[in-house]
Amino acid sequence: MRAALRRCAKRATRAATRPHAAPRATAAPARAYADIASLKRTPLYDLHARRGGKLVDFAGYALPIQYEDSIMEATQHCRSEASLFDVSHMLGSSVRGKDATAFLESLVVADLKGLKDGTGTLSVMTNEKGGIIDDTVITKVNSNDFYVVLNAGCAEKDQAHINAALAKAKAKGMDVEFVVHSDRSLLAFQGPKTMSVLQRLTDFDLSKLYFGMFTSMKINGADCWVTRTGYTGEDGFEISVPNADAMKLAERLESEKEVRMAALGPRDSLRLEAGLCLYGNDLNEDITPPEAGLAWTIGKARRELCDFTGGEIIKKQLEDPKAIPQRRVGLTFTGKGAPARQHSLILDTDGNQIGEVTSGGFSPVLQKNIAMGYVAKAFAKAGTELLVETRGKRTPAVTTKMPFVNTTYYKPAE
Amino acid sequence: MTDERASCVARTVIEGLKYMPSHEWTKVEGDIATVGITDHAQAELGDIVYVELPEVGSKVEAKSSFGVVESVKAASDVYSPISGEVIEVNENLNDTPGMVNESSFADGWLMKVKMSNPSETDSMMDAAAYEASW
Repeated sequence: MRAALRRCAKRATRAATRPHAAPRATAAPARAYADIASLKRTPLYDLHARRGGKLVDFAGYALPIQYEDSIMEATQHCRSEASLFDVSHMLGSSVRGKDATAFLESLVVADLKGLKDGTGTLSVMTNEKGGIIDDTVITKVNSNDFYVVLNAGCAEKDQAHINAALAKAKAKGMDVEFVVHSDRSLLAFQGPKTMSVLQRLTDFDLSKLYFGMFTSMKINGADCWVTRTGYTGEDGFEISVPNADAMKLAERLESEKEVRMAALGPRDSLRLEAGLCLYGNDLNEDITPPEAGLAWTIGKARRELCDFTGGEIIKKQLEDPKAIPQRRVGLTFTGKGAPARQHSLILDTDGNQIGEVTSGGFSPVLQKNIAMGYVAKAFAKAGTELLVETRGKRTPAVTTKMPFVNTTYYKPAE
Repeated sequence: MTDERASCVARTVIEGLKYMPSHEWTKVEGDIATVGITDHAQAELGDIVYVELPEVGSKVEAKSSFGVVESVKAASDVYSPISGEVIEVNENLNDTPGMVNESSFADGWLMKVKMSNPSETDSMMDAAAYEASW
């Protein structure tokens, strides 16, 4: 081959709008320039552009699918160092008032009465069929004030659902308000070195803030709400910061030597490795919490009554496991082959279809293909041998306990 | 670290090859065409984790998909620049798909085709035209 002609001028941001072939299965397909320009922007938009982010339409926002490092490198970085994600597109909100607990408990399966002040939990909002409208992290600031983070892709229908219930509650004389925090941005700061980095920017003793806990604190001079949680399986923080302070805080964090910006691509790889669900892939309105392996989110105090929307169907499933038709499972692969993707078929060893993959890909950390999907209940036991068919080719697979990687949440010593 | 991030992403183009707008290259030797994806394409796709290639002996058609290249994030079709019969595929990619990233124009080639209509290469771009196209 003849000498290469090197060029620098054409940067990733431009090229990103012209992928070499139409991707079949991305989180959100890349759009043309004009379309990207018409999308909503988070307060960190300029930083994404400066860092060479390949912008895509994600739930109506222009957000990077990756920066200049590869998804492989970015995923590995988060598992060994510290990564900063802009998740300002997510719907940060609060439910407040004397009847906030009762109102919210009618919508979600969590035992909010029993939740300690200053702690949060993963929960799900259910419909009349017991299906999942959205998954959410709910933090109890106190019994009159809950901080609720919902998915961007569900923001519209979530708000409609909550507002409809709110109108009924108010008509009954309940004291409750629903507030959307459009004046705040959300940063996810994830990885084993996040505590030591964040401690440089705050006087609050982070060693006292364990997984699931919430507090407000000054970070880099800004009034932040901090939850020790995340979507990667790593230790980390989700930081709600006023829009006006968001860029300054992101730039300050990013200037620390351990920290890299990370985009939606690695975020998806990380959550899949951690066995966490992506709404729209692994959860939807036809899947109940017990089917999704999320029965643990239904608080003990609520199992008896199941007095939330769709509760009678979920109660039946809790009482009689035979009423659960399908289960979410992890899948690993014994042979070589293409990574399974959403909608790859899951077959028994005789070739009969028994389910479908809902998320799948190559794990940057394990360096092998992993997936999750739903199978008929009889095939859900870990260690069950199956086949997964992707583009007509079958690969032997085995159901596998999740998470696929060890999680390293910051919990008090037992 | 800041310098490293700010460094430009060099994208290579090789003289003497023919190029497709869909970012495949062809090297013609007699009636045999070697086909791969360009450095630009591999850089856009990111880490390649799986390559699906046609059977030796199968027929491919110009501008039709002949395989799939998968990165961490997605599967992308690759399109044949020319029509003909597949006489060899790069078996090394089964074990080392990342070779497409490391050496897209040489060791990361995808297939060799005995061309049935060599004039199809006439309409393909040369290096300068391809480079100007993106």
